[in-house]
Parts: sequence; C-alpha cells; structure tokens
Amino acid sequence: MSAPISVSTNDHRRDPMGAPMAATLQIQGLNVYYGESHILRDVDLSVQPGQMVCLIGRNGVGKTTLLKTVIGLLRQRSGVVELLDRDVSALPPHARARGGIGYVPQGREIIPQLTVRENLLLGMEALPGGLGKNRRIDPLVFELFPVLEKFLGRRGGDLSGGQQQQLAIARALLGKPKLLLLDEPTEGIQPSVVLDIERAVRRIIETTGISVLLVEQHLHFVRQADWYYAMQKGGVVSSGPTSELSKDVVDRFLSV
Amino acid sequence: MTALLDTLFNGLAIGSVLMLAALGLAVVFGLMGVINMAHGELMMLGAYTTFVVQNLFKTGPLQGLFPAYILLAIPAAFLVSGLAGLLLEKTVIRRLYGRPLETLLATWGVSLILQQFVRSVSTAFALGLIAAVVLALLAPRFMPQAWWQQRWTPLLSVGLWIAAAAAGIALASGLGNVRALDQPWFSARNIDVSAPQWLRGSVDVVGVTMPTGRLFIIALTALALLAVHWFLQKSVWGIRIRAVTQNRPMSNCLGIPTETVDALTFLVGSGLAGVAGVAVTLLGSVGPNLGGNYIVDCFMVVVLGGVGKLLGTVVAALGIGILSYVIGSGSLLLVWPAMPSGLNELVTFFATTSMAKVLVFALIVVFLQFRPAGLFPQKGRMVEA
Repeated sequence: MSAPISVSTNDHRRDPMGAPMAATLQIQGLNVYYGESHILRDVDLSVQPGQMVCLIGRNGVGKTTLLKTVIGLLRQRSGVVELLDRDVSALPPHARARGGIGYVPQGREIIPQLTVRENLLLGMEALPGGLGKNRRIDPLVFELFPVLEKFLGRRGGDLSGGQQQQLAIARALLGKPKLLLLDEPTEGIQPSVVLDIERAVRRIIETTGISVLLVEQHLHFVRQADWYYAMQKGGVVSSGPTSELSKDVVDRFLSV
Repeated sequence: MTALLDTLFNGLAIGSVLMLAALGLAVVFGLMGVINMAHGELMMLGAYTTFVVQNLFKTGPLQGLFPAYILLAIPAAFLVSGLAGLLLEKTVIRRLYGRPLETLLATWGVSLILQQFVRSVSTAFALGLIAAVVLALLAPRFMPQAWWQQRWTPLLSVGLWIAAAAAGIALASGLGNVRALDQPWFSARNIDVSAPQWLRGSVDVVGVTMPTGRLFIIALTALALLAVHWFLQKSVWGIRIRAVTQNRPMSNCLGIPTETVDALTFLVGSGLAGVAGVAVTLLGSVGPNLGGNYIVDCFMVVVLGGVGKLLGTVVAALGIGILSYVIGSGSLLLVWPAMPSGLNELVTFFATTSMAKVLVFALIVVFLQFRPAGLFPQKGRMVEA
C-alpha cells in the first residue's frame, strides 16, 4: 500500500470570534466488524456545518458501512460518533434520526405498500412530536421534486427508480435534519434525473444550510462537494478540498 | 329461499365468531409474523374477565346496570388480555424475534401456564405473582447502568428473575396462610356467563329466526373489524405499524421507535383476542381449555386468507363458517332432495359438526397445495425481502 497522498484535517471552520465551531459530525477511531471480518479501520472524519463532504473509493472499501454506522444500523466495536458535540455512539437509529440525521440509503428503501404521501409523512417522524404533531407536508419538497406531487396517491413500490430516489431524498428532508447521509443517490438512474437530483441537493444545501455526507461515483457530482475523503481497504487514505482533487487521486479512488 | 337465508345466517354467525377470534391473530401473526400459541388462552382470559365483570354487576349497588354489563366487559376484556399480551411480549417474545420455532414452543408453554393459572389463581397467588413481576421489571432501574453491559449480564438478568420468583412464591405462601386469601377464584370447573335478558331472545326476519345473541356477535365482529381497519389505515400508529412490518431497518432510520411499535401491535392483537373471549361466553359455558378449541381454526383462517391481509381473514372466516355449516347441517339435502343415492350417503356421512370440520380442513389443505400464499397473497417486492 502506497503512502497517503495528503490527509489534511477538515476542521478549519471557525466562528467570527475565532473559536472552533462544533462539527455537525465528528467520527473518531471508528472500527466496525461484520462478524470477524474487519471492515472499517480507525476511521477519523468530520463534517462541518453547511459543508458537503464526499466519500470516494472503489466498491467494497466500506463507504456504505460507514454511513450505516453513522445512522446506527451497525454498531462500532470501538470509536466515537458525535453529532453536534453529542455522543450518539450508543443510540439506536430512531434516536439518531430524531437527533438530526436524515438517511437516504443505497437502494432507496421506500416502504413499498405505503402510498407516496404516507412515505413522505413517515419522514416527519424525526421531528419533535413525530407524526402525531406534524401532518402537513412542506411544499418545498414538491418544488424540488414536482413528480412526487403528481403521484401522491400511488404506492411507493410502483414508482420508477429515479422517482423512488427523489421520494427517498424528500422523505429525509421532511425530518429537517442537520446532517443528510446520501448513499449513491445517482446509482442506476437515467442521466436526466441525475441532473435533477444534483440540482436539488445543491439547492437544499444553499437554502437550508444543512450538512451533507455523500457517497458517490459520478465525478460530476463529486466535484460539487466542498471536501472529499478517499477510502481504501476500510481506512481513510486521502482527504482535502475537492478543488484540489487531482486527476491522479481520481484515477486511484474512483472506479470510472 | 328461507332455507338459503337460514343457512347464510347460521354460516355468518359461525364465521363471525371465527373472524373475531382470528382478527387478533391476523394482527400478531399476519403483521408481525409471531406464532403465538397462547392466543387462545388470551381469549380465555377475556372470557374470564367477562365472568368477573358479570359477578360485579350481579349483586350490590351496580345491580341496576346488569343489562349493560356486557358492554363494559368488552373494554375490560380488551384491557386485561392486551396487558397480558404486552407482558408476554416484553418478557418472552421480544427475546425470540426471528426465531419462529422457539417462539412456537415458548408460547405453547405460556398457554399451558395460563390454563393452570386460571385453575389455581387465588388472591394470595395473584399478589405474589404481581409482586414478582413488578420486582423483576423494576429492579434494573435501581442498579448501576454499568452492570447491564458486562459479560455476566445474562447471568444477572436470569438471577434477578429467579430471585424475584422466589420472593413472589414466599409472599404467596405467606399470604396463603390466611384462609380468605387462599380461596381459588375460579377453580378448574367451567364457568357460566348468563347473558342479559336482551341477548336471550330472538328476532324473526322473513321467516328466519335469528337469536339476538348471535346478532350481537355479528355486530361486535363488524365493529371490531371496522375499528382495526381504521386503526391500521388511518391512525398515526397504524402507519407506523405498516411501515415497520414492511421495512424494519429503514423505519428505524426514519425515527420510528420500532420496539414501541412491536409492543403496541402485540397489545392490540392480544386485546382483540380478549374481545373474542367476550363473544365466546355468549355461546355457552367456558373453561380453562377454551383456547385449544379455537387456536387451530384461527391459524387456518389467517393462513387461508393470506398472511398480512385483513380482507383475506374476513373472506376466509366467512367461507369456513358457511362451508362448515352447510356441510355439517346436511342442508344440501334440503335444497336438493332428489339427490342420487350415492351422493346422498356421502352428504349424510359428513353431516356432523366434527366430520364437517374434517372435510373443511381437508379442503383447505388441498387449496393451499395450489395457492400456498392463501386467497389474497401479498404482492410486490416485500415478499422477496
């Protein structure tokens, strides 16, 4: 294994007084296993407020595992996951969702027999009071994804892949998360919809100021991020601003 | 025409008891996939609750309200059976999710315990039991948090239950020395619930005599069905339950407290068993073994209807009810008196309640050979998942 190209720390954000601001997400020394196989090795990573961070790396290096550990579907054997300076390492996924993490998984995971409207309503479970106190769907999501408004009464499982992806993102947004986890949002989707999704994600960040942790293979989308972490064999081997993402790094870590 | 209506009404009456009994199981087994062999015993608890409520109203200041006791028995039975089911979920079934064989054996054991429980329960016994359960459930709150993340935590939790059980037994046997507290509540004999006067008559509609007790059960079933449908389709918890049923990990990631949803689903399913228990008391005397008579039929209804579909449960229950009645009463002979002699003897052969059951079950088994997923199978991707 060659030496890391550059691993800079992503904690340059400071408030006007010069004091460091609380990171939206701070991961330290994370080790995750599937049974006895060691998947994530001593991963350190941080996402600053309002920042879009992209995880890159070839298939099977542990990017999806990392997102699953952040939302809590997988338990770390050691290490700490902090959300806005609060240790969430021991919390179950639903508590983390209520704490401000929105999760758009690989494969989208729409609830198939529920209608689009019900799927959207479920997104508001993460709000304080849950679904009991929040029954109004924010029209912003229909502005971002007009197709959803048209299909409100359809079953989620009947939508096409691209529509399901839009539904999954809209559902996560309705929980007003502080941190959005996007796992390959453009995988297996037709190019025109990919552009729609990219535009929507960009707009969400600009208008709401939330942070995004993205796993992505499309170079075009990766370039939109502020910061990248490149992973290899379960560890972070390179990181830096995406503006400094050289062709060399891209060739080594993106499977394109 | 009258014969046809008569057959339909009797079939509907049998079917609606089945439907009411199977409705709770459709929730517990159909939605959660939990094989609860103690479901029949939860019905039995509902029946005994009806008996207790009736006795409260038989004498004393509430006597004037006796005609209405059955209406009060319904929520009471729902509560008693529901809470018993909740306790069962928290203590036994929760630990066995995803292990159907172990669940089947454990809940079967629970059903035997519940049967013996109603035979031998006395005030001392009940107090001891409550003390033991409360002790075991609350004690962890007063222990250091760190004790529950150790290598020896399983030993601690087993030890705690054993200690709580010992304390409960000590309390029960201590109180048992007081004669007044040692009297069994029900004993092993059957109990008789006497229906209020207004449920003992009958109504004549176009020549068909309909006993009001049966009509009450049909109405109760229809009401329970509507309530369950509303709860699952329209209420907030219904959406949560359906989401968890279809995609548990993702529901969890959306912020749905899945463990609370499991507990609530089980409570509702068990409570419905209790309501079915109220209905069963109107059909005759009931005993501790009541559950065994219904559990197989309930599973048949849910499996035939298609797991996870309420509509399937409705159609299957009514179908089985009407078919059993038509075969069991031999009323085919009335409709078609000039039947050829061979067929005639065949119909007569099956024209008893137990033989009709044999034939209906045989037909169900044959049907499931061709449609293993039942009448209304689940469609879509979740089936493969």
